[in-house]
Parts: sequence; structure tokens; C-alpha cells
Amino acid sequence: MLNRGRNIEKGRVITRRMFILAAAKILLFAGISSRLYNLQISDREKYEILSDKNRIREWKTPPQRGIIVDNFNKVLASNDRVFQLHLILDEISDFDVTIFKIKNIIGLDNFQVQKLYRKKERLKPWDTLVVSDNLTWEQFSKINLYLHELEGAKPVLSTSRFYPYANDLVHIVGYVGDASPKDLEKPEIKENFVPGLKVGKYGIENSQEKMLIGNYGIKRYEVNASGKRISQIDYIKERQGNKVNLTIDIEIQKFAQELLKGKAGSICAMDIYTGEVIAMASSPTYDPNKFTHGINQKDWQEIRNNPLKPLINKSIAGLYSPGSTFKPLVALAALEYGILDPNKTIRCKGHKHPYELYGVKYHCWKKEGHGYMKLRNAIKQSCDIYFYEMARLLGVDKLSIIAKRYGLGTNVLGETYKDEKNGLVPDTKWKRRALEQSWYLGETVINGIGQGYIQTTPLQLCLMTAQIANGGYKIKPHIIKDESINYKGVINKIKLDQSNYPLHERNYLDDINVEYYQRMYHKKSNINFVLDAMFGSTNEQYGTSYKSRYDNPKYQFAGKTGTSQVRRITDLDRELDLDTEQIEYKKRDHALYVAFAPYKDPRYAISVIIEHGGSGSKAAAPLASKLIKRIIDRHKLREQFNNGNTSLA
Amino acid sequence: MLRERIQASNYSFLDKIKSIDYLLILLIIAIGSISVFAIYSTEGGKFSFYTKNHIIRLSVFFSLFLVLSFVRVSTWYKNAYLFYFVGLVLLVTVLFFGISASGATRWINLYFLNLQPSELMKIAVIICFARYYHRIQSSDIQSIKFLIQPIILLIIPCYLVVQQPDLGTSILIAGSGIAIIWLAGLNIKYFVYSGLLLLVSLPFAISILKPYQKSRILTFFNPDRDPLGAGYQIIQSKIAIGSGGFFGKGYLKGTQSYLEFLPEKHTDFIFTLFSEEFGFLGSIILLFLYILLIYRIINVGLVSRSFFAKLYCFGFATAIFLYVFVNIAMVLGMLPIVGAPLPIMSYGGSSLLSIMLGLSIVMSCKIYNQEQISVY
Repeated sequence: MLNRGRNIEKGRVITRRMFILAAAKILLFAGISSRLYNLQISDREKYEILSDKNRIREWKTPPQRGIIVDNFNKVLASNDRVFQLHLILDEISDFDVTIFKIKNIIGLDNFQVQKLYRKKERLKPWDTLVVSDNLTWEQFSKINLYLHELEGAKPVLSTSRFYPYANDLVHIVGYVGDASPKDLEKPEIKENFVPGLKVGKYGIENSQEKMLIGNYGIKRYEVNASGKRISQIDYIKERQGNKVNLTIDIEIQKFAQELLKGKAGSICAMDIYTGEVIAMASSPTYDPNKFTHGINQKDWQEIRNNPLKPLINKSIAGLYSPGSTFKPLVALAALEYGILDPNKTIRCKGHKHPYELYGVKYHCWKKEGHGYMKLRNAIKQSCDIYFYEMARLLGVDKLSIIAKRYGLGTNVLGETYKDEKNGLVPDTKWKRRALEQSWYLGETVINGIGQGYIQTTPLQLCLMTAQIANGGYKIKPHIIKDESINYKGVINKIKLDQSNYPLHERNYLDDINVEYYQRMYHKKSNINFVLDAMFGSTNEQYGTSYKSRYDNPKYQFAGKTGTSQVRRITDLDRELDLDTEQIEYKKRDHALYVAFAPYKDPRYAISVIIEHGGSGSKAAAPLASKLIKRIIDRHKLREQFNNGNTSLA
Repeated sequence: MLRERIQASNYSFLDKIKSIDYLLILLIIAIGSISVFAIYSTEGGKFSFYTKNHIIRLSVFFSLFLVLSFVRVSTWYKNAYLFYFVGLVLLVTVLFFGISASGATRWINLYFLNLQPSELMKIAVIICFARYYHRIQSSDIQSIKFLIQPIILLIIPCYLVVQQPDLGTSILIAGSGIAIIWLAGLNIKYFVYSGLLLLVSLPFAISILKPYQKSRILTFFNPDRDPLGAGYQIIQSKIAIGSGGFFGKGYLKGTQSYLEFLPEKHTDFIFTLFSEEFGFLGSIILLFLYILLIYRIINVGLVSRSFFAKLYCFGFATAIFLYVFVNIAMVLGMLPIVGAPLPIMSYGGSSLLSIMLGLSIVMSCKIYNQEQISVY
């Protein structure tokens, strides 16, 4: 019985303990259920996103870059077909072997192979390695022949930037290249970047990146855990970048570039009403197509070490003393402020009796002297003595107000070019601030002939000439077509204003801001006086550019020469009086010329600068003359085209 | 007593057939079928190696289960120690002649099957302990003398399994053994004390763990510690389960497993695949099937007369629970990743064999539930 009782007790214990265990089991199962509930119901969305992130991988497809066209829709930067070789990294079992084979097939050198290894390290295992982005046809066909032996190799027909006018436009259009880490920080590039995409490095390509870059496409693939593509789910097509329409006329640009061949310098041409830059040549130049696929060391060194500095866009980043091309503006300032009567006579007595101020002598360029000069003649024959005196009377501050108003001292194209220089129009305040020195009258005197502190870019001189030639109206210079400008309306407005000669309410002698297409002059007669003097300079005997004139009124132009010293002229130099060819290149004067044409009803302004070219009348004016003829010949076509008759292009 | 024994031995075949627990068989068939579908899905919906093998094993072991169900409980009782001893010998054999895979030596090559003795040991320990406590008087249970023996019996296989190394199975073996000691009625204070002792010695225990085990435990506490290494499995498993939602992604549409993000998807992570494709609903249903299975096993224990049968059934039920719980809690990220298959569902011969063997003993307890077993 005892045994039986014990057994009953033992059975009870077992059963009781079993139920305790069962309760624990139920609790734990409840725990599992609630965890399942958490994962699958509460946090479902989170895990769904994670799951999609796992299984869907996106490949970005590069967009085509927007094209760049000239005023007549001629393509200046296009996307050319190129042959490329890509390697799909996750399809390659042995990278070394594949690279070795490719090396032999397309003939890579060790340096290029090393570069590929370095490039690969930066990529993700499922990325695409661009082995070569510009294969020759032979290389491409060879690759296709051996394709079955090459794991993961993909011959690709792609596009890359091509500049049909190569050297003629590089300073305007710029070039593209691989994005640097710094490029990638720019929002417009960061947002649209795809590995391998070329980005603008210079010029319009660089500053108009936002327009040109386009939007990448997205290919969504379902992938497995090792990243292999299983199926394409989605394809959002890439969008090509926008077209950038320049105001340049490529024919004129080409011609200007040709005129500069073998020289260092710049030629700018501008519509004096619309402010459109028609040509902006800089010499020497280089081929932007070399940069697209990475320039080789030899070519790069050649460009970089060229003493004529081809990398600098001289039209906007070259700073020159304007020399005598500044004189029309000095005369205008003097007339506007009523400093002197244009009939005032000053005698230029040549080098033997130079202009003297506080014991310092200031010479005229002409050894024999000009004799008795009135203002018109002084401009026409570019007499320095007259301008020394006039500048002294005028004072540098008043001159600087007018000089700045007509476009000197600030960059012309705003944000369009990052390397554009402001130049410098000095005044007393500037000198005190920048150099912490007070102004000397002698500095005013040489400022009167465009020497001294004053620094201008060729495009600024062109703008200055344009704004005098259009009757003294402020224009908006630009090189990218501005849809917001109604060109016809602008021209009519200025012309109407010119003929009406309205009364002015503002005091144009103060340092005031003038709106676009508003007059900048105090007295119209002053402008007309200057224009007439410039006419004399070109078209009358003894005028400095008389030899470059046209008699045909269609081409007849008015201009002003300039010869800007690059160093101080000593008495010895004056005695030697060497010809340009006899002087060491670096010490030769810069030759300058500004002009507008046609004289009757002017429309275009140009500026020419030949570095170390000698005198403006000999080196610069003849080029200007040729260019003017070309521009006027193409005027009708341009006018028709811009008025909507595109069929003529 | 004598009469009863005669009675028992005289079960007619019809009686035996009648007393079979058909619901239990139905549950086994149900979970078995689900497992076939799940493994078919792990192969991306192709009828190939794993699916074929799994079907063959299921049918062979299920037949074995049916046959062994008719073995008398007393036979199991008599041979319990032998069973344990054979298990131990096999474990030692593994130590010397075992075959290795992925850094662990767990298997013996039997040509038709790579036997994993540690899986058999899970059952052997239960049957051995059931026999041991069957004969011990309730008054003696608390004595140290009778406690030392089972502890030694437990430590030896656990140690051998840890050496393989296979911490998961070792813990499961220990768990089922301790469960029976608990069921036998050992005073709660022992459990409390040893629990406290374990807690105190935990830092020391961790220091002797293998580096991969340590990393698994650290990863368990923070899976993002190494998302592509040790944390990968658990993160991907949670993503798979979580993204399944209420109804799941649909059969054969589990992207996580189809696209091979899931590791070990046909073995330890089979629940993850199932849960991804069938969602919360499917998971709960599967969980419910397991609960029913455990309930039926407990039920057999309740209707059995002998302590051996009771202890065995309750112990085995607890063991099944432990396997299911550890496996699911593991794939849900509630426990560290230890090698623990999901009973019946996971692909793996030894695990299936031991579960079927265990179930056949349960069934024999049911068929011969009136059989009294002599204490001697």
C-alpha cells in the first residue's frame, strides 16, 4: 500500500510538473507569436523596403550631353559615336586573366593597366569598369572577334563629346573631361552624375553644366544575393541635356581665329544694340577634343609650356593697358564734364619739348610732334600731349565714372565665364584702399592715354566701343542667346531714343547706375563729336588707321588705334627709335584697335589686340578692317535669321 | 500486477490498430507535407536533389515510425540504457572517425546516410532518463546520490557534442535531460541554485567559447555589428520574415530566398522561407500544428500508466518544444544563431530519423498505454 501510495504521489508530481512546463511552453510560444506579429504586421513596411533594397538594384544610364550651337544653329559641340569597352565586374571570375587578355588584344601599355587596377579599386563589385572609352575601329573589331574568350567584356557603342571646330572655339565652348572630386561637389553634377560621365571643365561646357548635363536614366534590375542581374523591372529613360544656343557666328569666329594665326592676341566682335557677342577669338589656341578622353602628358606639356599661353582666353582673361583706344572715352568724359572746349588748341612739339608736370617729362609717341592740335585732330592723330593736358584738367575720378559706365572695370559676361577678369579702372579712392597711397597727378596724366594702372580686357574695349557707337546706350552683352530679349524691340527702342533726343531728368555726371538700353550720356552732341573724330581717325588723311579704311560706305568704319607699352620707355629707347622687329618679342608694344561699322548706321563694334604686335595702326587695324568686311557681308543673313527666317541657314 | 502484464501482452492486433493516435499521425503527415513544399520552394520551384531526398527520407522514416510504433514499451524500457550506450559509442566514434564539414566534425559516413549521432543522442538521453527515474522512489529523488548519476549521464554526451563543436545540439540535449529531472520532481531549489550558478559562471563560460560562437552571441545582441559577416544571416532572416507580411509573398515567390539572400534556407532557416512565402497567417498555422503535436504527445503521457511512458512522453514533448522554440526564436532574432533544425521541416536525415524514432516510442506508449512496467 505504501508503495502504491508513493507511486500515486510520484504520478501526481510528474503530472503537476508537466503542467507547469506546459504553461511555460504556452508562454514562450506566445512570445514567438508576438515577435512574429511585430515583424510581419507592425514593422512590415520597414522590412518590405529592406527586402526591395536587397533584391532591386539600380543602374544609372548616362544621359547625352546637350549640344551647343551657334547663332545659325550650326553645331559647335556634338555627341559623336565612339567605340568603348566595358567590363561587367561581377561577371568576371578572374580579373587578372581578363585584363591580361584585353591588354594583348587592344595593346594597352603597363601604365594603362595599372590605371585600370586603380580604377577598379574604387568601384563596387557589381559596377562597370570602362576599360577604354575611345577605341579605334580596329581595336573594336578585334575585341568583337575575341569576345567569346573575354569574360564580362562588353563592347559598347557610346557617344562622346566632339568639337567640330576644335581649335577655333575652345576658349568659348571649353571642353569636357572626367569629373574630379571637386566637380562632384557641385549640386548640378552631384544630382545627375553617373560614373564615367564627362563633365564640363572649362568655358560654356563648365558654366552651363546645369543646362547641358541632362538627367540620367535608371534601369532597375532584380538581382540575387551575389548581385547577378535576374530580370529588368523598370527602365526610366535618360534625358539629353538642353541645347545651348550661342550668339557666336562660327564663320566670323573662324575667320577671326584665322586672322590671329601665328600671333598672340584677341579679336572680339559685338552687336552694338543687342549686345550679342558675334566672335571672341583668342590666340594661340588648342584642340579641346584632346581633353575628352584625357589628354596625354606630351600634348598637355606642349600646351602648358607654350610661352604664348594658349590656355588663357585672352578676350576676357587677358589684361592690357588700353593705350590710345581709351582716348575717345577720355575725350567724351572731358566734353561731358565741360572741362574743355573742343576748339582749344594745344601744341605738340615733339620729343624735344615734351609735356612737363612737376619736373617730370611726358612724351608724345610722335617724335616730330603733331603741331597745333584741336580735340578732333588730337583723337584722329592720337596726340598724347593733348590728352595729357586734358586728363590733368579732367581729373582721374571723373574719368573713372565715365570709364566704368561705358563698361570698363567690371567683367562683361557675368557668370558665363569663371576665368573672366574684372580689369581695373583706377581712381583716387581705389589707390588709397588698395595701395594705401595717395594719387599723383602724374598718374592722371598717363591715365589719359590709357597707360598706368588701368587694365582692360579686349571684350571690355569692344563693349566700350559698342556703347559709344550706339549713341551712348547701355547694352547687355551676352554670348548665350537670351530668349528674354526681344532684339528687334531693343534696336527700335534705342534708335527711337537716339532720334528723339529726349530731355534728361537725371544728372548723368554723377556716379549713377544706368538701366539696360537706357542712355548713359549727358549731351548727345558729345557722343557725336567722339564718333566723328573716330571717323576721322580712320577715313581722313593723317588718321592713324587711314590705310585700313574702306571707301565703300557699306563697309566704311570708324576706329581708334592703340599701342600699349609693356614697359617704361627710356630716353635711350627714344634715341634708338627701333622698329618693332628689332625689339625683343617680350618687350614689344601691344597693338590695339577698336572700331565700329558701318559708320553710317553702325551695327557692330570690334576690338583687336595683338600681343607684342607693335603699333596698333600697323598690326591691329588691318585685321580689324578684314574682319569688318566679313561681318558686314554676313549681316543680312544674320538679320534675316534672327528675325525668324531660319531657312536661310 | 501479473494479470495486467498478461493483459497487456495479449493486445489483439485490432486493439492495437484502434488505439493508434490517428490525430498524431495526421499531424506528422501534415507537417511532413508542408516540409516537402517548403523544400521544393528552396530549390526555386524545381524538383531536384533536396526535394527528392527529403521525400525519400520522409517516406522511409515514416514507415519506420509506423513499424516501430508496434514495438512494446517494455522493450524500449529494457533497452533504454543500451540505446544510450550505443549513442555514446557513436559520439566517441565521431570524435575519431567523423567526417567534417564547415569546420565541424559531426557525422559518421554510413554510405546511405551521413549519420549525426548527436541527433540520436537527443532521444537517447530522454529514454535513458525516463528509465532511470521510472524506478527511483519519490523519496529518493532528492538525494544527492541519485542526482549525481543522471548529471554524469548528461555531462558526458553534452561534452562530446560540444567538442564537435555543436553548442546548439549540446544545449538541446542538456535541455531535454534537465526537463526530465524536473518532471521527476527534483526540488525547485536545485534548479534555482544551478540557474544562479550558471549566471555567475557566464563570463567564464563565454571566455572559453570558440571565436565563432562568441561572434554569434555578440551578433545576436547587435546584428548590425557586422551586417555582411556574422550578422548577415539574422538580418536577412528578419528581412525575409518581416517582408512576408500577413499573407506572405505567395508560394515560390519569396524573393529573399529565391534570390539567395537567405543562408541555410533548407535546413535551419526553413521557417524563414516558409514565413516569407506564407506570412503571419501561415506561420501561426504552422506554429499551431506544432502545438497540437506537442499536445498530442503530452496526451499520450497522460493516458499512460507507467512512469516510464509518462516521463518519456512529457520529456519528448518538452524536447520537441525546445527544438521548435529554439529554431524559430533563432530565425526571429530572439536567440543567438545555434545549429538547431526545425523538427520534420528542416532538411536533414539524422534529425528526421531521431524525431521519427522518438515519435514511434510515443506511439508505442499510446498503443501499450495500459502496460505496467516492473520497476526492476
